[in-house]
Amino acid sequence: MNPYNYLYVAGLLFTIGAIGVIVRRNAIVVFMCIELMLNAANLTLVTFSRINGTLEGQVTAFFTMVVAACEVVVGLAIIIAIYRSRRSASIDDASLLKR
Amino acid sequence: MVTSSSLVYLIALPLFGAITLLLAGRRADKWGHLLGTAMSASSFGVGLYQLSQMLSRPTEERAIGQKLFTWIDVASFQVDAGLLLDQLSICFVLLITGVGTLIHIYSISYMSHDENRRRFFAYLNLFIAAMLLLVLGDSYLTLYVGWEGVGLASYLLIGFWNQKPAYATASKKAFVMNRIGDMGLSFAIMIAFATLGTVSFAGVKEASEGASETALTAIGIMLLVAAAGKSAQFPLQAWLGDAMAGPTPVSALIHAATMVTAGVYLIVRSNFIFDAAPTAQLIVVIVGAITLLFGAVIGTAKDDIKKALAASTMSQIGYMVLCAGLGPAGYAFAIMHLLTHGFFKAGMFLGAGSVMHGMNDSVDMRRYGGLRKFMPITFITFGLGYLAIIGVPPFAGFYSKDLIIETAFNAGGFKGILLGSITLLGAVITAFYMTRVMILTFTSPKRWEEDQHPHESPFLMWFPMVILSIGSVTSGLLFYRGDALKNWLNPVFGDHGKDHYEEHLFEPIVVSAMALTAVAIGVGIAIMKYQLSEIDAVAPQNVSIFTRIARKDLLQDSFNESVFMRPGQVLTRLLVKGDENVVDGAVRGIGRTALGAGATLRRTQSGFARSYAALILIGAVALIAGIWVVTL
Amino acid sequence: MLTIQTPEAVMFWVLGPLSVIAAIGMLVVKKAVHSALLLAWIMITIALFYIAQDAVFLGIVQIVVYTGAVMMLFLFILMLVGVDASDSLTETIPGLRAIAITAALGFGGLLVSLISRAALGRPAIGLAEANKDGNVQGLAKLLFSDYVFAFEAISALLITAALGAMVLAHHQRTVARPTQREQAIARFRTGSLASAAGLPNPGVYARHNAVDVPALLPDGTPAPNSISATLKARGDMLESSQFELGEVDNTVQEEK
Repeated sequence: MNPYNYLYVAGLLFTIGAIGVIVRRNAIVVFMCIELMLNAANLTLVTFSRINGTLEGQVTAFFTMVVAACEVVVGLAIIIAIYRSRRSASIDDASLLKR
Repeated sequence: MVTSSSLVYLIALPLFGAITLLLAGRRADKWGHLLGTAMSASSFGVGLYQLSQMLSRPTEERAIGQKLFTWIDVASFQVDAGLLLDQLSICFVLLITGVGTLIHIYSISYMSHDENRRRFFAYLNLFIAAMLLLVLGDSYLTLYVGWEGVGLASYLLIGFWNQKPAYATASKKAFVMNRIGDMGLSFAIMIAFATLGTVSFAGVKEASEGASETALTAIGIMLLVAAAGKSAQFPLQAWLGDAMAGPTPVSALIHAATMVTAGVYLIVRSNFIFDAAPTAQLIVVIVGAITLLFGAVIGTAKDDIKKALAASTMSQIGYMVLCAGLGPAGYAFAIMHLLTHGFFKAGMFLGAGSVMHGMNDSVDMRRYGGLRKFMPITFITFGLGYLAIIGVPPFAGFYSKDLIIETAFNAGGFKGILLGSITLLGAVITAFYMTRVMILTFTSPKRWEEDQHPHESPFLMWFPMVILSIGSVTSGLLFYRGDALKNWLNPVFGDHGKDHYEEHLFEPIVVSAMALTAVAIGVGIAIMKYQLSEIDAVAPQNVSIFTRIARKDLLQDSFNESVFMRPGQVLTRLLVKGDENVVDGAVRGIGRTALGAGATLRRTQSGFARSYAALILIGAVALIAGIWVVTL
Repeated sequence: MLTIQTPEAVMFWVLGPLSVIAAIGMLVVKKAVHSALLLAWIMITIALFYIAQDAVFLGIVQIVVYTGAVMMLFLFILMLVGVDASDSLTETIPGLRAIAITAALGFGGLLVSLISRAALGRPAIGLAEANKDGNVQGLAKLLFSDYVFAFEAISALLITAALGAMVLAHHQRTVARPTQREQAIARFRTGSLASAAGLPNPGVYARHNAVDVPALLPDGTPAPNSISATLKARGDMLESSQFELGEVDNTVQEEK
């Protein structure tokens, strides 16, 4: 087996996450799909770290995780704020920008 | 050359008057006419002072100049705004300011019922200033400024009563046709600068000695175009008749005595060019001859007294141009005829104005008749002018026209005989139509309505007429005696002005006899046709085709209309369509494209976060596809 | 030179397809909770991949931070927000789904094609050398030497994010909280007196006293407003007619 296979899995997960962001309307599910994409990216970092034999990739993945954690905290707070004001978690309902 | 700092006052005084009157507006209504007249008169005073100064100097130092300022200073193109007063200029200065002042005085009374009299005087002063600049400029470029200035003044004054659409149209017509001539002048200046490298009279004169004849011919022809436009010469003559729409003093000053003779001045001033370009000279002669007969024929058919006089003016300027085209032998005589014509024609126009004044502004000679008893002063002054123009000795026109006929005969060979015959024929027709005017207006039985009360004009109007009629009587003899004017002008024309009487076709006395015979024939026909037979109060319609064509100004307007105006309009319409469809179409197309693109792209801005995400994904696909292709 | 042991290959070939299937499942299941559970599974899988690739520390962090904290947070928010029409899978923007799937297929295809073409020009090295002092020690050395500024910056970011979340989630009261007395007055003044006594509890008079069964009114008809709005929105309310009392038998049954 070849460590590149992990990359294929990561690519597929990333693509599926991208589809999810576009087709799902529930803001929380969309958010989860974004997390999936981040994890896919992390998987490639770790895999490259192994292929290159250095730990830099893992360090970067670590930072990504922290940033993702921050993002989750803020993002979910935003979802709550929106939900509170318009009683909906659908991202299509927050389309005021067009007017 | 002697320089003088006082020349500028000649121009500055009337210019000051014009600016003051135009800026002061209605406040100046009470005294505007007085200021205008005073400015013109003081300019005449400066002119007389200059003449006395000039007479006190020896012949070779009589020409004086004044540099006003450096006008254009670009590399090799150096033009100073400068003035030049020589023997030729002073003639014009005195004519313009002298006749101009008399006409100012006349206008005080003539325009007294017009609420815009102040504006009228402002324009008259503007005209005087521009005309003086024209004759005083020491380069073609300075002359050009004056040239345009008189065009402007003429336009403003022809259309002075522009509340009447026909008058406004007449002023536009004059302006547009003058523009063609002005274009000729600007071309002449450009060619002169391109080939000779200078535009001042002195510089061009110097440079023309070694210049190619082709260039000089081109300059000469362009100068002729300019002269034809300003002096109503064939083929640019059509505007002068309509220019009679202006107040009569304007017709007298601008369209008889001064501005229309600017073309003759231009040709005479450019004598060094024409002398070196025989082809251009020949064309000048041809144009003069055609116009001479053209104007005379129109003059026989006009019932409008002012238009008859205008046609006569055209014809007389034809004489001058013809004479000027005959080269060194003719310059002085052209100027002499110009000056005498300035007197008698201005006087006759003022007389016509006086008649109109007494006849409720009617201009139809067929409704006049028998005015001799009612307007004795007008009759006498007009009659003196009449005797002068047809050339009865010892009145002014006799001498000047006689000399022109003589010069024409002396042109040599077949050309001389042809030109002499034409000038003689012109004299016959002139005598005929002027006698017709006299008979129709003054001596025939009255044909006016009972409710009209012809009366003599007030002092302010007949006084200038009297002065001018004195000029019509005496000026010819004054200029002729001992070749006074010829000798006076000789320094201007240099060596060319020497005696050219070596080859005489006829003795002068024979020419005079022929001219007098011609006059007698013309007068006789007119008396037979009008004095001794009934005159219709309305122009008869069952007349020959030639009369009809003559009444329509020899079809000059129809010709211009069909050859220039209609195709011009079609071209304009095509250009407008082209502009709308191509130029505007392109501009509007850009706008429409932007709008359409905006309307289309607006749909992508749906506000839905998911559609933006889809766009990002599509962008990512494009990016990756790019990488994929590049790394292939 | 890295050689991959058979156990790892087996693990990969089992878990890899499973994680992809789970990801696809995330997209197609209707309920957000199910999506969240499937995501948790994917994250555990990825954690296992990390551990298998000698990234032990990251694998543990993945489980603790993601599967533990982040997914818990998601579920918590799901519970808060409740369930609404956004869970519907019908597409409301015409053509978007087709575009998304086409673009994603192109994206995935190109990505896979690129990875298959990519080559580093040398075989995979493996982390045996880098991890010889232990994975955690190796990471710590890097984090606290070369990446110390990034580390500090990211810690600042974390604090800022926490503050930001608090600010966003904080609900500013614009009117005073109604007192009990005011609430009681409002109940009597507005609407009918029927609501004065408070809403009926679910299950009252009903044959079942579960929360998703509406109460029965004294005349035997169901009272839909006795059910929590969240359950109604989720469609979890049971049809109450099946619990309706049929013919109310008012006759006192005789003792047999």
